[in-house]
Amino acid sequence: MRTTHTLSVLVENKPGVLTRIAGMFARRAYNIHSLAVGPTDDEAVSRLTLVVGAEAVQLEQIVKQLNKLVHVLKIVELDPDESVEREMQLVKVLADPATRSQIIEIAEVFRAKIVDVDHDSLTIEAAGNPGKLAAMLELLAPYGIREMVRSGTIALSRGSKSISDGSRARMQRVV
Amino acid sequence: MEITGAQAVMKSLEALGVDVVFGYPGGAILPAYDPMIEAGFQHVLVRHEQGAIHMAEGYAHATGRVGVCIVTSGPAATNLVTGLTDAMMDSVPVLAITGQVASTAIGSDAFQEADVTGITMPITKHNELVESVERIPEAIKEAFYVARTGRPGPVLVDIPKDILNATLTWNWDDRVELAGYRPTVRGHSKMVREALELIATATKPVIYAGGGLVRAGADDELFEFATRLELPVVTTLMARGVFPDTHELAVGMPGMHGHYAAVRAFQETDLLVTLGARFDDRVTGQLATFAPHAKIIHVDVDPAEIGKNRPVDVPIVGDVKVVLEQLNEVLGAKAAAGELERFKPDAAAWREHLAQLRREHPLRVEQPHEGVVKPQTAIQAIYEQWGDEAVYVAGVGQHQMWASQHIPYTRGRQWINSGGLGTMGFAVPAAIGAKVGVGPDVPVVAIDGDGCFQMTFQEIAAAVQHDIPVVFCVINNGFLGMVRQWQHLFYDDRLSQVALPQDLPDLLKLADAYGIPGFRVQTIDELETTLAKAASITDQPVLVEFRVDPDEMVFPMVPAGASNDELIESAEEWHARVAAAEQA
Ligand SMILES: Cc1ncc(C[n+]2csc(CCOP(=O)(O)OP(=O)(O)O)c2C)c(N)n1
Ligand SMILES: [Mg+2]
Repeated sequence: MRTTHTLSVLVENKPGVLTRIAGMFARRAYNIHSLAVGPTDDEAVSRLTLVVGAEAVQLEQIVKQLNKLVHVLKIVELDPDESVEREMQLVKVLADPATRSQIIEIAEVFRAKIVDVDHDSLTIEAAGNPGKLAAMLELLAPYGIREMVRSGTIALSRGSKSISDGSRARMQRVV
Repeated sequence: MEITGAQAVMKSLEALGVDVVFGYPGGAILPAYDPMIEAGFQHVLVRHEQGAIHMAEGYAHATGRVGVCIVTSGPAATNLVTGLTDAMMDSVPVLAITGQVASTAIGSDAFQEADVTGITMPITKHNELVESVERIPEAIKEAFYVARTGRPGPVLVDIPKDILNATLTWNWDDRVELAGYRPTVRGHSKMVREALELIATATKPVIYAGGGLVRAGADDELFEFATRLELPVVTTLMARGVFPDTHELAVGMPGMHGHYAAVRAFQETDLLVTLGARFDDRVTGQLATFAPHAKIIHVDVDPAEIGKNRPVDVPIVGDVKVVLEQLNEVLGAKAAAGELERFKPDAAAWREHLAQLRREHPLRVEQPHEGVVKPQTAIQAIYEQWGDEAVYVAGVGQHQMWASQHIPYTRGRQWINSGGLGTMGFAVPAAIGAKVGVGPDVPVVAIDGDGCFQMTFQEIAAAVQHDIPVVFCVINNGFLGMVRQWQHLFYDDRLSQVALPQDLPDLLKLADAYGIPGFRVQTIDELETTLAKAASITDQPVLVEFRVDPDEMVFPMVPAGASNDELIESAEEWHARVAAAEQA
């Protein structure tokens, strides 16, 4: 049974929406592995990618509880086999004249880019799935990692379908 | 037409049909209190903002309409926290409007600034900090709509003072557009048919009727459904009365202090027809041993409740009133075609079994000794005096449980209490709000504890000032009785901080101080005559104090966390068990 799930969530781009989601996870003791948020092609809508740790029953609760938030528009779980998942990683590695070329070689193997060079360090930018990024980090570790940062996962389903398919607002009477 | 934001608040509430708001003024909300002088609704001036929100809740409980309260920023808004949580837990439709410091001062730790939307995020169904004056009418009508529809709940709108003072062109549209909020109303018709098929095959079915039925106003639909299929009905603490206790299919209340037959019905049933209920731990006891033989049909407007605590065989998301209409429609068609019999479960033996349990395990009330008034007897006498037409509002504790057990309720909204949060101090203000809601012809009787009463009795002043004639009954046992009961049963009778001297304060003097008639019942023989006197006063609030036996405990009882199979019916039974366990 898979316990890590990737959820794509469309939300209204309103103040506090991230707090609402994070607060709901904290209050109900749900587990977020990673969270990435950013704009979409519609400026009123943001898209979150959440990687959550949950068994099937809890996952269903997470989705239902998310859906109860008024600013949440749509939630889709992405099947790992049917989607593209990426994280981005920046790593600053110690580099001297003796090690510099070895490090650059490692970066090339992972199709990473050198984005900053100093006398005694290199900064490498890499994108990919979590496994690939971890593997690269492992190879770089012996050279001395000064600091690093990794983004949350972002993901899209494969093929031409879109998360926004079929969502539309409707007017409802108040009284 | 150019008007101020404050005027827009008034006009929005008027457009929504609001007839009363409960509130308390102060700095940030001052702009709203000026146009309120001309507003087309009543304002009840409370004595503490907690009173305002509980009154709004009481009003909503009693009428099914949205209760509205309005208070200022900072400490006033934080005083709403308990009531908002209470409304969230019991799905009470409430709109809270709070003033906020000027938008230019937000984040500066200004005088009476508090992050009210932040604080109330987890305890409201939704909330909003209004960011422009044009947004006011939209924000208020959306809040009202969200509070009232789907699974009802509290919604808070926080409005900075400068936005109340700014002007806008008034424009009102009766409709809202909320892309992320579309509650499902109708049940899936395939699921509706599946539910009926499952019921048809059951031999020990029981309806688990929850507070959602009361919120939906589904009394009639439930009655038609249950009686047509002859399904026994258990009504939870939140649903007491939604199916009449006087009907032969009524089994009583389940849970920690439920009626014996109702608790057993759940443990023995083969099909729980769950309607607007949520498998709360006070109902299920130890979840793993709850209703061990039951298949589950679960109807709820909140999809997140379905499968949350107990896996479900037939899930139906929808407004329980509408779903019951759908069920009744199918059954009506079957009846017209002469096929109803096929859908009626073969449950005559089961019904007789439950009837027998009811006969053999009634609530036990010991006969009074030396004229002392048993709290249960006091509550029965209250019911005999004010009768079926009254609405009863309880506090939290032993008196609440006795009031839920000993009064035969016959309709939803006749019984109002704080079930999910268990908020002491709820009764006095909630009863005031309920009375405003039901109007002059229906008596509203608060049945409160001496502990609870002292948390919010200051609201009697609001009842007096605004001519809201509630009957306040205080079951004075001189103790935080429910806590004492737990200390007695589970802490070897080591009583710790539970004594409340019975004459502190002197409640007759208190009534006098508020200028209302006060009565005290001390012995059993004055019970009836004193209550008759109290009941003859209908044009002003009345206080009736009952000095009752402090040693009485609430039974039946399922100890917290224990299986419902461990139901204990009396103190003797409990002590016998403890003794047996010590022997072993
Ligand atoms: C605000 C709040 N504080 C504490 C409690 C815990 N509590 C539950 S019942 C109870 C005792 C209530 O005493 P009283 O109002 O005298 O009612 P009784 O049980 O004696 O009938 C207490 C302290 C609570 N439910 N709510
Ligand atoms: Mg007491």
